[in-house]
Amino acid sequence: MDHRPLISVEGLARRFGSTGQPAVFENIWFGIDKGEFCCLIGHSGCGKTTILNVLAGLDSPSEGAVIVDNREIDGPSLDRAVIFQGHALLPWLTVMGNIAFAVSSRWPSWDRAKVQEHARRFIELVGLKGAENKRPAQLSGGMKQRVGIARALSIQPKMLLMDEPFSALDALTRGMLQDEVLRICADTQQTVFMITHDVDEAILLADKIVLMTNGPGAKIAEIVVNTMPRGERHRNDLHRHPQYYAIRNHLVEFLVNRSRAFEQEIEGTAYDPRRLKVVKPGLSAVNPPAEIVPLRHAQ
Amino acid sequence: MAILKNSLGLRAGLLSLLILAAILGLWQIATMPTAASGPAVDPEYAKLVGNAAATGSKAALPTPADIGATIWGHLSDPFYVRGSNDKGIGIQLAYSLGRVLLGFGLAALAAVPLGFLIGMSPLVYRALDPFIQILKPVSPLAWMPLALYTIKDSAISSIFVIFICSVWPMLINTAFGVATVRKEWLNVARTLEVGPFRTAFKVILPAAAPTIMTGMRISIGIAWLVIVAAEMLVGGTGIGYFVWNEWNNLSIANIVTAILLIGLVGLALDQGLARITRLVTYPE
Repeated sequence: MDHRPLISVEGLARRFGSTGQPAVFENIWFGIDKGEFCCLIGHSGCGKTTILNVLAGLDSPSEGAVIVDNREIDGPSLDRAVIFQGHALLPWLTVMGNIAFAVSSRWPSWDRAKVQEHARRFIELVGLKGAENKRPAQLSGGMKQRVGIARALSIQPKMLLMDEPFSALDALTRGMLQDEVLRICADTQQTVFMITHDVDEAILLADKIVLMTNGPGAKIAEIVVNTMPRGERHRNDLHRHPQYYAIRNHLVEFLVNRSRAFEQEIEGTAYDPRRLKVVKPGLSAVNPPAEIVPLRHAQ
Repeated sequence: MAILKNSLGLRAGLLSLLILAAILGLWQIATMPTAASGPAVDPEYAKLVGNAAATGSKAALPTPADIGATIWGHLSDPFYVRGSNDKGIGIQLAYSLGRVLLGFGLAALAAVPLGFLIGMSPLVYRALDPFIQILKPVSPLAWMPLALYTIKDSAISSIFVIFICSVWPMLINTAFGVATVRKEWLNVARTLEVGPFRTAFKVILPAAAPTIMTGMRISIGIAWLVIVAAEMLVGGTGIGYFVWNEWNNLSIANIVTAILLIGLVGLALDQGLARITRLVTYPE
């Protein structure tokens, strides 16, 4: 690798309980470049959330480290905002109060008016204008998650960490929020790491999809590059894109079969967790497979 | 009639009035003066217990009308002072309320910070748990002799007894409320790099506030129960002393008046705290 990406996950492993227990995951290496939208896909129980929590600084790994901007993560930081799966809004505060709490944590010297004005900008960004004085209990699930997104964006972090942010929402709301996240991330050039188990969500949002095998002893199988350009990804006609089914089939094939049997798959091959295979299944649909250039690390 | 059918509150209110009327009616019948004059009484005895009681022409228990007159008498002049044993019922209630609020306030000042500490630290929780478990079930009045011996002042002793009985529910509820604050709310504070003091006041305290207030409501209820008994022991002033004094005077009407007022003040204290609890309660 010539340069270090913005975030570099290096040799991460996590064991619960005493040493000698099998690791939930081990030898996890991957990187996320600035401005990149990276999705981690895998079955539940493989330690996806733990990896995200390590990135957030809320959990510490048993082995390995995460390097951000050439510094090892040793705790939570305002530079890495988390959008929680269960929105995690403070129920005694209004929408404005929740976001103002984050804003005044980021800029403690700001006065009330400045904090509120800044918060209002982000409430408008996620389309919640008019709901500033409502409490979370008065909001629908989708609106709550919007507040969570606004809170994370309002502190203007270097990267966003999202733990299955839309999994608790109905399909319609989920689609609308996905579109908005896509738009906001494009506008703000945000670096994003997101966990999902929804294949279509990953294809719609991600530039890079990291595939994780089943635990215990989960590892990263390979990295799928989403070769569909961001400008050509629209939720409504995603399935008409020539590359869509090739990518989708590759991901589904992995989740259904390969994630379970990955150990057998790599037996005898030169699997190196530090130099992962980077695949572009979308291109194989356009070009005949024989013409694929030899795979190399996408740096 | 449509209103009657639709409003449960109105129907319940009517039923309450009916029950009250029935109680008062039965009471009136049970305490009606008997017409037959009793046997001749020793005039010395008659002087001692009052003529009516001695002759038996009137039952010792007062009628509702007597009670009404007594209550009216008390309420029309609640704050008089005619010597140390003859003070208005308002003054006696004020003494009791003052003691309860002082003891309760001191207990809150001690219990809430200590409960915070216990709730935050599993170590402190485990270390203090045996003390709490042993001291909590002790009747607060059992502390009275110890308090009188060490403090050597009956007024302060009764406040101490209030303190000791109201401290436990607040301590336990605060610790529980703080210990069970949702992990994700704390994680929000952590990812926002919020300092420990700001986390305590902006996240943990509001999250635990409903539980803490419930503890306070239990505490003030117990404190108001205990103050009557404590003042009966300590004497001097207060509604408990008033009840004991009127028992010595064999003035049942005054005692019933005091019982009613104790109930009303207790209700007011409970409702006041219930109102504050509603203010800090958040729907999830």
